[in-house]
Amino acid sequence: MNIVRNHVLISIDAGTLMSGARAVEDALVKEIVKQGLDKEVSVLETGSIGITGRGVILVVYPEGIYYADVTPDDVPELVEEHLLKGRPLTRLILTETPKRTIITKEKTGLLKEQPRIVLKNCGFIDPENIDEYIAAGGYEGIAKVLQTMTSEDVVAEIKSSGLLGRGGAGFPTGMKWDFAIKTPGDEKFVICNADEGEPGTFKDRLILEGDPHKLIEGMLIAGYAIHGTRGFVYIRGEYSLSIERIEKAILDARAYGLLGKNILESNFSFDIVVMKGAGAYVCGEETALIESLEGKRGHPRNKPPFPINAGLWGKPTLVNNVETLANISEIIRNGAEWYKGYGTEKCSGTKVFTILGHVATPGLVETEMGTTLKDIIFEYGGGIKNGKTFKGALVGGAAGAFLGPDMLNVKMDFVNLKEYSAALGSGAILVMNEDTDMVDMLKSVLHFFKHESCGHCVPCRLGTARLVELIDDIAASKAKKEDIDQLLEITRVMKDSSFCPLGQSVTLPVSSALKYFKNEFMSRVTS
Amino acid sequence: MNAIKAQINHMEVEVQEGTTILDAAKKVGFTIPTLCHHADLKPQGSCGICVVEVEGFPAMKRACMTEMVNGWKIHTNSARVRAVRKTLLELILSNHEMDCPICIKNNACELQRLAATLGMTTLKYPQNFQKKKIDNTSVAIVRNPNKCILCGRCVQVCTEIQTVNALALSMRGFNTVITDAFDAGLGNSVCVNCGQCIVYCPVGALYEKSCVDKVWEVINDPGKHVVVQEAPAVRATLGEEFGMEPGSLVSGKMHATLRRMRFDAVFDTNFAADLTILEEGTEIVDRVKNGGKLPVITSCSPGWIKFMETFYPHLSEYVSTAKSPQQMFGALSKTYYSEIKGIPPEKIVSVSVMPCTAKKFECNRPEMNSSRYQDVDYVLTTREIARMMKEAGIDLKEMPDEPADDPMGEYSGAATIFGVTGGVMEAALRSAYFLITGKELEDLDILPVRGMEGVKEAEIDVNGLKLKVAVAHGLGNARKILDKVSTQLKNEGKSEYHIIEIMACPGGCVGGGGQPWGSNMARRARRGETLLKEDKSLPYRRSHENPSIKAIYEKYLEQPNSKKAHHLLHTHYYKRSKVDGKVILDT
Amino acid sequence: MSAKNHCNCARVDEEDLYPKLEEMIAQHKGKPTELIMALHKAQNLFGYLPKKAQELISERLNVPISTVCGVISFYSFFSTVPKGRHTVKVCLGTACYVRGGQQTLKKVEKELNTKVGSTTEDRRYSVDIVRCIGACGLAPAVLVDKDVYGRVKSTKLMDILGKYE
Repeated sequence: MNIVRNHVLISIDAGTLMSGARAVEDALVKEIVKQGLDKEVSVLETGSIGITGRGVILVVYPEGIYYADVTPDDVPELVEEHLLKGRPLTRLILTETPKRTIITKEKTGLLKEQPRIVLKNCGFIDPENIDEYIAAGGYEGIAKVLQTMTSEDVVAEIKSSGLLGRGGAGFPTGMKWDFAIKTPGDEKFVICNADEGEPGTFKDRLILEGDPHKLIEGMLIAGYAIHGTRGFVYIRGEYSLSIERIEKAILDARAYGLLGKNILESNFSFDIVVMKGAGAYVCGEETALIESLEGKRGHPRNKPPFPINAGLWGKPTLVNNVETLANISEIIRNGAEWYKGYGTEKCSGTKVFTILGHVATPGLVETEMGTTLKDIIFEYGGGIKNGKTFKGALVGGAAGAFLGPDMLNVKMDFVNLKEYSAALGSGAILVMNEDTDMVDMLKSVLHFFKHESCGHCVPCRLGTARLVELIDDIAASKAKKEDIDQLLEITRVMKDSSFCPLGQSVTLPVSSALKYFKNEFMSRVTS
Repeated sequence: MNAIKAQINHMEVEVQEGTTILDAAKKVGFTIPTLCHHADLKPQGSCGICVVEVEGFPAMKRACMTEMVNGWKIHTNSARVRAVRKTLLELILSNHEMDCPICIKNNACELQRLAATLGMTTLKYPQNFQKKKIDNTSVAIVRNPNKCILCGRCVQVCTEIQTVNALALSMRGFNTVITDAFDAGLGNSVCVNCGQCIVYCPVGALYEKSCVDKVWEVINDPGKHVVVQEAPAVRATLGEEFGMEPGSLVSGKMHATLRRMRFDAVFDTNFAADLTILEEGTEIVDRVKNGGKLPVITSCSPGWIKFMETFYPHLSEYVSTAKSPQQMFGALSKTYYSEIKGIPPEKIVSVSVMPCTAKKFECNRPEMNSSRYQDVDYVLTTREIARMMKEAGIDLKEMPDEPADDPMGEYSGAATIFGVTGGVMEAALRSAYFLITGKELEDLDILPVRGMEGVKEAEIDVNGLKLKVAVAHGLGNARKILDKVSTQLKNEGKSEYHIIEIMACPGGCVGGGGQPWGSNMARRARRGETLLKEDKSLPYRRSHENPSIKAIYEKYLEQPNSKKAHHLLHTHYYKRSKVDGKVILDT
Repeated sequence: MSAKNHCNCARVDEEDLYPKLEEMIAQHKGKPTELIMALHKAQNLFGYLPKKAQELISERLNVPISTVCGVISFYSFFSTVPKGRHTVKVCLGTACYVRGGQQTLKKVEKELNTKVGSTTEDRRYSVDIVRCIGACGLAPAVLVDKDVYGRVKSTKLMDILGKYE
């Protein structure tokens, strides 16, 4: 047996692949052989470690040193210096290393670091190896459920954990499951909504790429809880690596008897298929998603009936987001009480945020619910890039709200943000510095909505078109003051009368942009 | 069913569970305005005009598709509701070609009416649409996307009720359009020309391809001899265009008006309908008695014929070879009539007045030239002839009752009920009974085939011979029976049915695509009853009793299904592509 | 097949792919709800959705052709026009937008003398926009085939595109 001295983890995700991760990996393996280190050093692939925009990322253990922007040309030097001579190669070291933990503030105000929940395995295990997931405690949740819990117990546990759906609306997951279990039906479906389309959001992608088995386990537990028979992962067509990984994970799970008939020799049978979306933001809305799963145009359905009563092919259907499902196995294994130890009273657990825009270290972070916007931007995001000042942030994606500097201390959770007429949404935080043109920002958001409106209802189809006309005029300084009033009036009408949440939510970015940055708009119009 | 108690505009209301806010409000005297809603169709909620406030909900609810819930407090007329409706209407108008005075739907437009109802007098938003190409590819139906408000009714009727699927939504968001496959035009699609999309369109986005100008031209041409025929169902609806109650019977007034418009001869399609019964009836009797292919499926509805050629070509040899009454009439107008009047056929212009848009397609089928000329030259819909009558300054309701001209004007009660679902079946059975038994059927009212039920079945005892018959109207209903027959033929080699009547349009021709605006199932039923009433009032109620029919066989056609009759009165069918509706090969 | 005299090779290749398509969509036969899956496979195979492939899918899955067209045109992932050998997609997600994605797009259009949604005359490049590809950290991002280029400044642009023959 060889004694492995160093483990080199190479992050393989959509971003690093595009930056040439495979070439670096090849060079690394060759160079290690060349230097005769292949018995002492192992190279492992892992999923994303939550850093974006820094090219190919390597982590060398046991030192835990991060290297960024690594190219094949750097490899010989890196191998020689660090792996052979034991001297870390300073010029490639990533200085602002991301937090691999979540920071919680204790009552005393002191910061305390704790392990991640949702992203626990991301970047640590090989997502294509089911054994690594199992070694990390994976599938213990479903085993526990099958051996010791009734469906009702599971629902009660999730209910008691206070978990809120992470897709955007923040509906209590346990309550949804409770409706599902109470709906009669010989066939029930569990859909994992992985049609991540909110601009600036890629948390689901990283979970799918970094820890696909966690999702499968979450779906299995959901299926057991609601007496489900089949599961579907509806995934963005553009996410090719995610699709590859989740498909492989399903095959492996099936081979281990974790999917299919009589799972772990119980009476519970459940299987999962992957369905690809085809590029329509509105399909993130659960009824539009179901229409799309049925092979149709993604037009939202009228509610009621809710999917829980009549969803896919008219059967009771539970739709949960990727991040929601990624929480399930942890709650089951550690208990609802443990879970409630994180977050706020009304909003338990953690949230995965994507921090983007003018911050020093853009990327993915998992924080406790209720962490302030300021902490997220300055603790995790490394503050504003190039020493500029913070002007505002668009929180929650396109259907989210703009927040100004006086909102930096706002606690980021579903309940609290609602009080400020904002929304946590998908957890995207787009940070803007002092140079940002807010009119132009809103213009980009409104163009996005016009492009993504499904076209079914008048308020959204024609309202978004009118909004785009107005904002284009304002941006070009061709508008009058009344046009700003019209902008607001149309979004109010859209909120009142749009068929689905897409049209209803446009009011959020518009009214918030005008609330915090009104002067900028006024300076572009004539009175 | 539980009772639901709630409040609408502070008034207590109690309704059955499942009642929509729209219907509940009506019950207490409030009419909530609607636009995309139609009584016959499942609500889609696309326009948003019917929104109401329900206390405790942040967003408004659509009255057309929201069911009442106990304890709700609903406001249908708050300031906010009125403001939202006006903004929505204004958005619609900003994207709609507003040339109202010259629009086909002027004075019959639901959008125009809504603007009046909401008291719109000014517009804030600029017009915002790119002019799109008008689809003129079809011989029957014109589609003007510039008028379309995307309510989706036409798609619903084309896909759900008719199951033709010619029309579909295409593109997304602001670019959404209603169009056919590949945007190739309805003339290059599977469209069967039934015109139900026209019937359900609230605005002027869909209408028949008019030949009004051409008909005026030939009427005014002294070198032409213009004969006109009117379909059975027209007499039950034309009055509506002149402000008469739906269901008014205007056979005599119609003949009188046409005569005053200077048509050279005013005949009646009903005459040809009687002829159809003899031709088709003889075919039925022959097939039943001599082990021919069964069931016999009727062939009068040209929308159904194209549908069959496209989606059920394997059933084409079961369809009667008898032409439709319109085409029988056309062929005879340029042969029989031409001969006895001594007018050369090239001088005769054969015009028909039809409740139907598919008839425009039918008369243009290349094989419809048994007279060596195009048998029927122009087809006018009920709506078009009404426009011409108004243009001529003749008020139909003030006209006297006049009969049609001889020798192709006389008709029986069996002919007039061709215009309502079940009528052809009833007429055929009356004569088939006689042809099989040599005796007359005593009770002429065959009730099981009447009514608005989508698929009707009956077993008729013909002197010991049990005839199993089925009637379907609306092509979605037709599919139900055709799928059953196809399965039976495939699995057992034969079907339980002897005769099947199929009409493309719901309600039969009274609900045709060329009928006056404002059809719905209730109105279709009333129009149908009118025809059944006329049947009862006529001196002859069996086609074979019609003296003019006896005369034409004696003088000209010899006997039903004779060689001459075959040449002039029978046809054949094709197989068509499910992509573009074009002929693939002769069957 | 004398018509092949003035063949354009791309077309002949395309014809040869139909048996493969038949094979790929066999499992979806008579299953209208699997339309989108079948369309994905066809687009993978042809690079776009030729009319004939749409017709074949309509026939095999028993979905009306108008519905097939309606579904294809709804989803931005599907394309009914042939693509160039390389697809240049400029990200206009919010993060890229703030960092000048719009300017990058204009530059691409100008340099390649083509518009969004079109293909250059030599069929070398197709230009498209894409909504957020999750490469926000690299904004503004350009996707050429499967390669992502981050922080694409206009000076760098032509060097990048030049690499794709």
